[in-house]
Amino acid sequence: MNLNFKTLQSNWFHYSSPATFYPLAGKLLPRFAVAALVLVLFALYWGFTQTPDQLGGTNPQKEYYRIIYIHVAAAWMSMWLYLMLALWSMIGLIFNTRLSFMMAQAIAPTGAIFTFLALWTGAFWGRTSWGTYWDWDPRLTSELILFFLYIGYLALHSAIDETRRADRASALLALVGLVMVPVIYWSINCPDPNQCAALHQRSAPSQIDGNILLAMLAMVFGFWMYSFAATLARLRTLILVREVDSEWLQEWLQ
Amino acid sequence: MLTVVWCILERDLKLALRRRTDVLTTLFFFIIVVSLFPLGVGSEQALLRQLGPGVVWVAALLASMLALERLFAADHEDGTLEQMLLTREPLPLLVIAKVLAHWLLTGLPLVLIAPLVALQYHLPAIAALAMMVALLLGTPILSLIGAIGAALTLGLRGGGILLSLLILPLYIPVLIYGAGAVTVSMIAWADTQPYFLLLGAFLLLALIFAPLAAAAALRIALE
Amino acid sequence: MLDVLQLSCRRGERLLFDDLSFQLDTGTLLHVRGCNGSGKTTLLRALCGLLRTDQGEIRWRGQTLQSLAEDYYQDVLYFGHLNGLKGDLTAVENLRVAARLAGYRCGTGAIDQALARIGLGGYGDLPCRMLSQGQKKRVALARLLLTNAPLWILDEPFTALDVDAVAWLQDHLAAHVSAGGLVVLTTHQEVALTSGQIQRVDLDNQKTASMKTPC
Repeated sequence: MNLNFKTLQSNWFHYSSPATFYPLAGKLLPRFAVAALVLVLFALYWGFTQTPDQLGGTNPQKEYYRIIYIHVAAAWMSMWLYLMLALWSMIGLIFNTRLSFMMAQAIAPTGAIFTFLALWTGAFWGRTSWGTYWDWDPRLTSELILFFLYIGYLALHSAIDETRRADRASALLALVGLVMVPVIYWSINCPDPNQCAALHQRSAPSQIDGNILLAMLAMVFGFWMYSFAATLARLRTLILVREVDSEWLQEWLQ
Repeated sequence: MLTVVWCILERDLKLALRRRTDVLTTLFFFIIVVSLFPLGVGSEQALLRQLGPGVVWVAALLASMLALERLFAADHEDGTLEQMLLTREPLPLLVIAKVLAHWLLTGLPLVLIAPLVALQYHLPAIAALAMMVALLLGTPILSLIGAIGAALTLGLRGGGILLSLLILPLYIPVLIYGAGAVTVSMIAWADTQPYFLLLGAFLLLALIFAPLAAAAALRIALE
Repeated sequence: MLDVLQLSCRRGERLLFDDLSFQLDTGTLLHVRGCNGSGKTTLLRALCGLLRTDQGEIRWRGQTLQSLAEDYYQDVLYFGHLNGLKGDLTAVENLRVAARLAGYRCGTGAIDQALARIGLGGYGDLPCRMLSQGQKKRVALARLLLTNAPLWILDEPFTALDVDAVAWLQDHLAAHVSAGGLVVLTTHQEVALTSGQIQRVDLDNQKTASMKTPC
């Protein structure tokens, strides 16, 4: 979404109205979808054929480490999309713009899906490397909490019939969640304040093989493009539903 | 300004005294949940001693949750909440008064009953003391954060279930350090200090930010 | 005193009112008319600052409600659909809380006097849930006797009242307007004024023909 922001910076407010944004979204949507497909296919190809078949030195992870391409990319997206969700919520609450709330609402399901994907692939990875599907590893646990936050947002939005209240209430919830996430993450990471040691192994990007990094970055960008495409598609549907009796839409449809 | 806080506080306490069951329900819910665990996991002393802190805190979260649903709902139904929005006092101040009354009626009884629960779980006296201190610092945080959820879900169908969905994940830090303090107190009392300091810090932060968020949520809910 | 400029409000898909403007000076009663669902309550709540309108602004003594924030409420008394009474509290206790919330203290004497004037002398110590619908309404209306706010916003104040109470309320409203106060109300009753003036807003005419609902 901030991509849109950059390209349209000069006439930002022009595109902040659903009437002008709807056709633009329609134009951009196929481009993002194609880019997503190309990047994801490339990342999968590169990840499976052009990268070393094990990761790490002393205690190497075998072929199964390739799950990293999906797991890490999905986890990044899940967190980034929550930030975007909160950002659009904040813009909506401050400027009272309808489109921002719709944007937030359109982002939420994609974020929830990526969070679920990260948990799911995390469980598979955990099974092969730790011997268990679920370990109360701080990062996995944080991802689970993030999943709960997404579910809470979606549940609150769908529980309120009146759109305006639903938008504003769930936007506020997203902001409260944003404030709480660091505290929750920190408390999970450091359950004993007397000795704080991170349980999850850390790895510096420089130590990662170039080919692995390339495949991973390609996947992240592919997921980015997918998020744009999915969000825009959902946004167009939302605009149609909400603006059904507005003049521009009636004209546009004829 | 403080007269209005006192006025709301006095009113809510008076109302609770005229309907004592509401207060007692929360307390007994807490006691029942805590009493059920040994029946489920077995009554071996070492096991209970290990589970005790966590069980007590989870029960406290649920009990506080149960009572929160009514925090603003009763006032919403009879129109007094609307009047509170139309006063010249800042709304967050009124929220603090409501939350304070709520905590006195549902949080404080849990603190006072804690030693009894400690007995049930064979916890030593020092752990019972740690539990009381932790609950004393932690339950107000639960009420404060919960007030945001109660305001957001005001007047919705299935508001109570939704409320727990929204708010329980936000209770995690309190759960971790609250239960942690009790566990650590059984090993070395001195090590509990960072836990209490953290809970105290959370309480201060919640006291500053939660009423603001809850007030904003109330305005949204009553539009 | 109260200026409404080009106010528009939509609820969900429905446009309730559009480009609504009026000005009220001291000593005016505004009668908001319209059929059910025409947005009368919405307009009144907007005048109270309870809800944000989509467009337009409301000014009190020349300042917008947003800039006045809480200061506005010392000048306003809102009487909504709900009586705002706690069933477990007595009439006196309820009124004392209401008065404190509105920002002034009044002793039990003043409250007893108000209740007596509205025909509920001796009922002050009963829990409000024991009172009849009309009596509850009267207790809520007793707030009008305890306040010194110049602007009264009353949503259907006459419903559930008997003939005597209706007559009393009409007199009281007329007296408030004569004394330079402002009243905005929705009602199906006519209120006769001895001095001051009556303005009317008809919300049904505010809508375009296609949006108009039959009533």
